[in-house]
Amino acid sequence: MTTSNASTSPLWLLHPARVPKALRGWVIPVLLFTWWWAAYRFAWTDSELFVPLSKVIETGWRMSASGELWHSLGASLYRMVTGFVLGTVAGLIVGALLGVSRLFESLVGPSFHTIKQVSLLAWIPLISVWFGLGDPAKIAFLSLAAFFPVVLNTFEGIRSVSRDHIEVARIFAYTRRQVFTRVVLPSATPSIFTGIYLALIYAWLATLGAEYLLTSGAGIGNLLVDGREHFWMDQVLLGVIVVGLVGFILNWSASKIEARLLSWRGRSVAQF
Amino acid sequence: MSTTISTVALGDDIAALPRARPAPPARRRPPLKLAALWPRVRGWLLAWPVPLAVLALWQLAASYQWIPAQILPAPLTVAATFVDLFNTGELQSNTLISLQRVLFGFLTGAVLGLALGVAMGLSPLVKDYLYPTFKAFAQVPSLGWLPLLMMVVGIDEALKIILIAKSTFVPITLNTYKGLQGVPSSYIEVAKVYGFNRWQMLRRVVLPAAFPPIWNGVRYGLTHSWLALVGVELLASSEGLGFLIVYGRQLYQLDVVLAAVVVVGAVGYALDKILALIEARLLRWRRDAF
Repeated sequence: MTTSNASTSPLWLLHPARVPKALRGWVIPVLLFTWWWAAYRFAWTDSELFVPLSKVIETGWRMSASGELWHSLGASLYRMVTGFVLGTVAGLIVGALLGVSRLFESLVGPSFHTIKQVSLLAWIPLISVWFGLGDPAKIAFLSLAAFFPVVLNTFEGIRSVSRDHIEVARIFAYTRRQVFTRVVLPSATPSIFTGIYLALIYAWLATLGAEYLLTSGAGIGNLLVDGREHFWMDQVLLGVIVVGLVGFILNWSASKIEARLLSWRGRSVAQF
Repeated sequence: MSTTISTVALGDDIAALPRARPAPPARRRPPLKLAALWPRVRGWLLAWPVPLAVLALWQLAASYQWIPAQILPAPLTVAATFVDLFNTGELQSNTLISLQRVLFGFLTGAVLGLALGVAMGLSPLVKDYLYPTFKAFAQVPSLGWLPLLMMVVGIDEALKIILIAKSTFVPITLNTYKGLQGVPSSYIEVAKVYGFNRWQMLRRVVLPAAFPPIWNGVRYGLTHSWLALVGVELLASSEGLGFLIVYGRQLYQLDVVLAAVVVVGAVGYALDKILALIEARLLRWRRDAF
């Protein structure tokens, strides 16, 4: 890949392939931050958009000391968790019913798949008429956001249970309950977990959407909207960073829990 | 097959949001027989009672004024408003504007996403440099970037296109990259045994093998772009379907809101269906070639 005469050039040291592997990922962020810093330091622009990094940190410190940041984050997370739990529980029930009963699926499935098509955020104006602008409306919307992926994946998980497995269970004279807890649930779990995991991510996205559109009360979304309205770039950047961090933590913990819950799967495959 | 693809697609990224499992490629239909037709007719018949009952109850509730029309207008009112909006051309013009935005944003995001995904998938060097930054960028959902973007580019068309492009870009990049990474090494080994050169390897082995996840990414991208469009139009727009919803909401004309919501759902469905049809076509071609 590298050119053969590169060693004679002084630029050889700067060749992308010469940078140690562990450092490569840092090159672009470092360049970006340097450029950002330089834009402010050498006053390339007088735009208020270029707030220095130090100001973002300072704002973060100030808002965290005054408790405003934690209050907003707490309010957002509280809503998210409540909506997520409500939506997930409802989704598990509906998904399981759809999966277990063909009749229920024929009756309700088509309606469900039709309603699912509506882009999630389009529900907010309707919900705001029905539930107001406060926490109930936001939680209703968040549970809707969590509901759809859980239903879909629970349904698919249960439907993908192999007929052979059920037949083996019949030979062992399992009761209905045993069939459900010992055969259906274990084989549907991975798919159900995917649904819950998606619900978590969707709920976080929906939290932001709900806070933008139903602007009452505190929350990270309100922090962002507020910052934009007052042209406080430092607050907006801080909000973006917090949103990213929360998303990252949710992702990371969900994949850890999933790996743990499904660890039996890896082992059983390895036996063959 | 599709389950594994969707877990790859959604494995570890916040921006890869759910979509229904892709429809299985169209099979050749067996010759029609009356007995074989029955399950389909039965399914079709059973689909109607529930929505019809809900609609009837809703209509009743409205005509007996159990619920005020400002909270829930009757289905017939919504239908009448729908026809009205259609006749004045408002519905079509707003839908057209929304579609235009999605098209531009989606194409921009798709081209950029495919380029970056292919670059990272084929060159470990590019991947080492760009992947961590991409990951960090993808952690913040599109809606999180919105206020920042509004400050930087204002609330004109550029904002909508950039936001839609961003929400398309992330899933397509990720799926393209993972799809290329996921090509089984045994395929490559076989191709090497046959003495394929780099181009042949790419054209005949890598791309066909990576096509399903890449296409899956394209479909996610389109779904996301529609979601992002509605979001940005609800928040900052004076035209489009999202605007129609906000407008109806502000005037407490819920019939307008509901009519627009129906169109949003129908367009979202149609967009996904179009891609599913293209997919079925492409895969059929692939199968026939074997």
